[in-house]
Amino acid sequence: MEWDWAFVIQILPTLLQGVKITILATLLGSIVAAVVGLVIAIVRRSKNRLVSMPMGFVAEFIRGTPLLVQLYFIFYVLPDLGLTLSPLVAGVIGLGLHYGTYTAEVYRAGIENVARGQWEAAKACNLTPFQTWTRIILPQALPPMIPALANYFIAMFKETPLLSAITVLELMNQARSIANYNYRYIEPITLVGAFFLVISLISVIGLRWLERRYGRIG
Amino acid sequence: MGQWGGYLQLILDGALVTIKLTLMGSALALVMAFLAGLGRLSHFAALRWLATTYIEFFRGTSIFVQLFWAYFVLPLLGLSLTPLQAGVLALGLNVGAYGAEVVRGAVKSIGKEQYEACIALNFNRWQSLRHIILPQAVVLMLPTFGNNAIELLKASSVVSLISLADMTFQAQVVRAQTGSTLVPFLTILILYFAMASVISFAIRGLERYMTRGLDGVRT
Repeated sequence: MEWDWAFVIQILPTLLQGVKITILATLLGSIVAAVVGLVIAIVRRSKNRLVSMPMGFVAEFIRGTPLLVQLYFIFYVLPDLGLTLSPLVAGVIGLGLHYGTYTAEVYRAGIENVARGQWEAAKACNLTPFQTWTRIILPQALPPMIPALANYFIAMFKETPLLSAITVLELMNQARSIANYNYRYIEPITLVGAFFLVISLISVIGLRWLERRYGRIG
Repeated sequence: MGQWGGYLQLILDGALVTIKLTLMGSALALVMAFLAGLGRLSHFAALRWLATTYIEFFRGTSIFVQLFWAYFVLPLLGLSLTPLQAGVLALGLNVGAYGAEVVRGAVKSIGKEQYEACIALNFNRWQSLRHIILPQAVVLMLPTFGNNAIELLKASSVVSLISLADMTFQAQVVRAQTGSTLVPFLTILILYFAMASVISFAIRGLERYMTRGLDGVRT
């Protein structure tokens, strides 16, 4: 089978539509993962073991099971339990929850990197726990984490094709429908690979810049 | 209740395929990890380039795209693969690329004095790698290899999308036939988690076994 440039140009606009959805899902998923990870990390630090242990188990469970099955679970099971989500929303929640358990580890390392003296100083200044977190600990802990977090967001980007399994019309799904419709697989699927390679290489350059700017941890 | 027995059998059949995929994929990944990881440390520029290209390519594109490429595009280029072969190939090459970086990192983290000692003992490059460097480096690689194997197990669910009857595929079959969603998906979530736990347990055991007698020697 020959590579056909005319066909490439013909399908490019449709594929770019898919790229848009893929990037949108990655950005929204990253926001969810950033928040979920922080919540998991803070709850797991709780001194109350009745709170921290179940959270630890849930995080381990999510991390030990495939994202694809979790997406099916959110998309097929939750409606039976009375919660119907659109495919994109289900996908973003799935990505965010799954990668939240990874970012939680980044937050944990970052928080542990803040010197003990800072906690003691906050206590000495009579700050509330909320003030201690928002004014003292997180402003110091967050910047060094940024490269490691970005690393997971790039990994998440590469998992977005899974959303096609729950009918989100992202890049992979567009390529498959083009391929099935025209019965030509080489161009669409190779182009998807090229898009992923280009976008992730650009992101890696961005990541290197972040690492130089903020340094790196662990 | 009787009908569930048959469906459970389906899911267990799928579990077997998942285990097979994970084992074969991990074996391929291990080979690729050492080939590419050591290739990147080679004295020959061509080998270094080859290894770097392989690693960057497979880490830069999605496992999903690689699998589809292996299954749909390779046949058009004259190489037909069964779904199982395509699955093992994509999973092994993908995770192998991640593993290669682990191999490289571990080998590079071995102290300079070890290399100097090898030179002092007049070992050639292969001998020092085989007898001095790798035995120390493999211990460092183990925990990350364990994580990689779990990632591979999780990624193996993707093969259900190229019609390989693994656990995820069978859960979809059960969903389609019974209309029940919670039972099949919860079942396979638990089974996946159990398999992941077995892997991390086995790796921890292997680590203990390989580090026995090394207390106080390693820093």
